[in-house]
Amino acid sequence: MIRDFEYLAPKTLEEALTLLSKYGEECKIIAGGQSLLVLMRQGLVAPKYLISIKGVSELNYINYDAKKGLRIGALTPHRAIENSPVIQNGFTALAEMERRLASIQTRNWGTIGGNLCHADPAGDPAPVLVVLKATLKMQSLDGERTMASEDFSLDYFETALGPGELLTEIQVPVVSPHTGTAYTKFNVIESDLATVGVAVSIILSSSNSACQDVRIALGASAPTPMRAKQAEEVLRGKKITDALLTEAGQIASTEADPISDIYASEEYRRELVKVLVKRVGKEALARAKQA
Amino acid sequence: MKKELNLTVNGQPYELYIKPKTLLVEVLRDHLGLTGTKRGCNSSSCGACTVILNGMSVKSCSILALQADSAEVLTLEGLANGAELHPLQKAFLDHGAFQCGFCTSGMLMSAKTLLDENPKPTAEQIKEGIDGNICRCTGYNSIIRAITDVVKGEYKEEK
Repeated sequence: MIRDFEYLAPKTLEEALTLLSKYGEECKIIAGGQSLLVLMRQGLVAPKYLISIKGVSELNYINYDAKKGLRIGALTPHRAIENSPVIQNGFTALAEMERRLASIQTRNWGTIGGNLCHADPAGDPAPVLVVLKATLKMQSLDGERTMASEDFSLDYFETALGPGELLTEIQVPVVSPHTGTAYTKFNVIESDLATVGVAVSIILSSSNSACQDVRIALGASAPTPMRAKQAEEVLRGKKITDALLTEAGQIASTEADPISDIYASEEYRRELVKVLVKRVGKEALARAKQA
Repeated sequence: MKKELNLTVNGQPYELYIKPKTLLVEVLRDHLGLTGTKRGCNSSSCGACTVILNGMSVKSCSILALQADSAEVLTLEGLANGAELHPLQKAFLDHGAFQCGFCTSGMLMSAKTLLDENPKPTAEQIKEGIDGNICRCTGYNSIIRAITDVVKGEYKEEK
């Protein structure tokens, strides 16, 4: 049963920030509410004031600039990202991730910023944004700041947003040549959250050379989305082979810190990390060679 | 405190006063009496409550009605053209694409948005188009066959 609340629906970012600053701890921001309403129904979240920013249309956009890269407004629905030609062509892994996020209905209404601020470690976008070296822009009445997306989640359902701050933009830098990025998740029902999700991005110095840089990010494998940095070290600077990817997967599975729950045991999740790092790494490598 | 909500449902404008916590599915079923939209899992998992909001399929159990202020909603009741059933409805009847029928209205709304967005989906795209809708009787094959026949043009909309 959802508890009663006061409903406020600002139309501009300025109005939203003013309300957020005014009501502080007593309020909660709702974007699409695809995750929040579930928590409110369970009584886990019961704000006195609910500020709906769904109508703040200035935060719903996808822009691309050949120098600055991709800019996605925090209130852009998942479906718009999935169907954006710019993202499908230039940031394929992002579009692929969106296509597997929840269901079409949820993607039509839910927003990328809402997903990130919900900070469920099983969320799909974060691992992909982390390997794409995305930056998040946060704004408050006092100004704005940016932060690497990998630093945004602090713990289960907790973010680095300070009082009065709103996530406003996701910034993805231009992808270097010879970069391959891939994401997949394991889940039992297709529209479910990830049991484990893995994103890998590999940059080669030329189409058939050693790995210049690599990022591996794991979802649903720790209290926050996490980078498997030791596993990355296995690959960095080397000519990537199947054997090296196997080793990276094994190391990533020891770096992960998963829980046991109704979906999977800790042990099973570690096994999934091991298998998926190799599988997604192979796909990222194949893409890097073609890019 | 109640708030004003303006909503157009199946072409009919409504002005309502509702508690802010009221969900779209509650407005449709409990306030407007449009019970074609089903309340299933109430947690955004099953898709039985799917309606079309400004042309997009959404789960009405997971949207605050006030967030849909000024929107146009199409529910199952608005699918037929008077006494003339929508081609998808005809195909569902002919294929017996129901067992218990509880998922049917959600399936029809998802199928409608699928065909509105892509009139010629592949077999795989049809499956993806309804993957947010669960049929607990597992009657997916007849549902997919019904949609496939509409795609093939076997059920034309009457002029």
